[in-house]
Amino acid sequence: MRRKIYAATLAVTLAASLILAGCGSSGNTANGSGNSDQNEASAAPGSAGEVYVYNWGEYIDEEVIDMFEEETGIHVVYDMFETNEEMYPIIEAGARNYDAVCPSDYMIQKMITNDLLAELNFDNIPNYKEIDPEYIERSREFDPENKYSVPYTWGTVGILYNTSMVAPEDAPTGWNDLWDEKFSGEILMQDSVRDAFMVALKALGYSMNTEDADELAVARDLLIEQKPLVQAYVVDQVRDKMIGGEAAIGVIYSGEMLYIQEEVANLGLDYSLEYVIPEEGTNVWIDSWVIPKNAQNKENAEKWIDFLCRPDIAKMNFEYITYATPNKGAFDLLDEELQNNKAVFPDIESLQNCEVFRYLGEEVDQMYNDMWKEVKSK
Amino acid sequence: MSRKLLAGPYLIWVIGFTVIPLLMIVYYGLTASSGAFTLANIAAIAQPEHAKALWLALLLSLISTVVCLLLAFPLAMILRSRGVGKGSFVVFLFILPMWMNFLLRTLAWQTLLEKNGVINGILGFLHLPKIAIINTPAAIVLGMVYNFLPFMVLPLYNVLSKIDDNTINAARDLGANFFQTLVWVWIPLSVPGIISGITMVFVPALTTFVISNLLGGSKILLIGNVIEQEFTKSGNWNLGSGLSLVLMVFILISMMLVEKYDKNGEGTAF
Repeated sequence: MRRKIYAATLAVTLAASLILAGCGSSGNTANGSGNSDQNEASAAPGSAGEVYVYNWGEYIDEEVIDMFEEETGIHVVYDMFETNEEMYPIIEAGARNYDAVCPSDYMIQKMITNDLLAELNFDNIPNYKEIDPEYIERSREFDPENKYSVPYTWGTVGILYNTSMVAPEDAPTGWNDLWDEKFSGEILMQDSVRDAFMVALKALGYSMNTEDADELAVARDLLIEQKPLVQAYVVDQVRDKMIGGEAAIGVIYSGEMLYIQEEVANLGLDYSLEYVIPEEGTNVWIDSWVIPKNAQNKENAEKWIDFLCRPDIAKMNFEYITYATPNKGAFDLLDEELQNNKAVFPDIESLQNCEVFRYLGEEVDQMYNDMWKEVKSK
Repeated sequence: MSRKLLAGPYLIWVIGFTVIPLLMIVYYGLTASSGAFTLANIAAIAQPEHAKALWLALLLSLISTVVCLLLAFPLAMILRSRGVGKGSFVVFLFILPMWMNFLLRTLAWQTLLEKNGVINGILGFLHLPKIAIINTPAAIVLGMVYNFLPFMVLPLYNVLSKIDDNTINAARDLGANFFQTLVWVWIPLSVPGIISGITMVFVPALTTFVISNLLGGSKILLIGNVIEQEFTKSGNWNLGSGLSLVLMVFILISMMLVEKYDKNGEGTAF
């Protein structure tokens, strides 16, 4: 969901180099020589066809791509996107026929609704059994029959607070604490429509996927009420501002937590940043692999997805991406300390009231956007 | 004939990258998402949140323009008095930061102004009271003034350096004091530069969304932010275009002002 800040810059350079590399070797396959000059792969990449992969920037350990090519002989053409919204029109228009794509929950639902996805053949994905049933069950919110998607990463949205600025007895437990006057000028909110409304709707006890105009209006008024207390509405900057001690409390994606904990330790800061999953429930997001309907190499794509589900590979990717993995096999391979890191792998019980974002259709989206504008203009 | 041929590439450039995009904005602005003709996107400026955003943008960019003018005029006079060589070196110093990316410079201001930022660090070290202007309209005005000041200095310096010393000396010989010379000689002769500078500061300040996002903490919605949001987040290109057309009215007004007062293009910056 939320990429790391440097992803943007890195993605550009990476994409450029990968596309170049991709061009180079696809040229080789066209010649029929299969003579790869850029790596000493044992199975010549391309000898078993190709797979076109479209993934988030910074969302895979690159070594995994090489390993896949080596083991299967399938050549990987790897491209990256920054947002779901950027990815969607490319798949829809069929501008390039991607075989495996990794969108988020609500976007997968939109793609299913608009008939853009192919049903997966799970016989070709034996490692699917490694995925924790908990996340397969949660995926039903956007993929009701679990026919189209294989979970790749997941996480929550919660409250991050600075232990030196928040007294232990004031430690936040729920979204309502973001309306506490004690934190006036010390609150960082997410600057995106659905995330901001999720906070207010959950604080009110409503569903974060509500389509009810009255409930939304109440949430809007609550956000307007909160605005004087808010220091700033930010997206990726929450992480750096919180590390820098700019604010006491902020709304953040759990995927950032490992980085934050490492950074706080590296900088030798005299405070720590704690992550809380609000008791009212929050957004559980899942990014999953899907295969578009217009894919040319469906079986190769299934091999790709299966490879990513292999526990050792999933572990490599987790260590690189640091977003929680739904892969039970990979989880079992991790150090105990990481397994017990509640910010990354929260207890299932704390996710009781959580929901997954659903695509609500254009009209409801418009309603959210209009109300968000009202909040921002106050 | 050969002259016309030479104009070809520029013609293609202007048509491809100015005229056609502009026509597309007009088309989007005057149609609903279904493609039917409508004025609703234009009329939407009257909605309270849009009207407020426009009003705020006008106010902040007006303040910035006035501040820029007050800072730039004395500076341009000083530059002129230092003669061509030294003066143009100082002008060069003013242009120098513009070689760096606009976004980076604005981000730098964020780091400077933050609660635990550089400025507050220095103030704290000196046991002085800290400033708290980040995420306020004042920070936005500061960002506008910093980013657009060169656009005011350059045209002013340009017109002032063309004023003949004899004109000034004549005024002084005839008994005018400094203030009278300023009001009756300096300012009237620099009107083209002033108008050009005002336009070059006011128009980008009015339409900015980056400065208000970065220095205003996204808490202060300017009309530029509304338009940006319609294009990038809400996906409502029609409304975004409609509001852009409304903004264009203000830009046209300022261009007409330039046309009226700066007929010979004396005040152009470069």
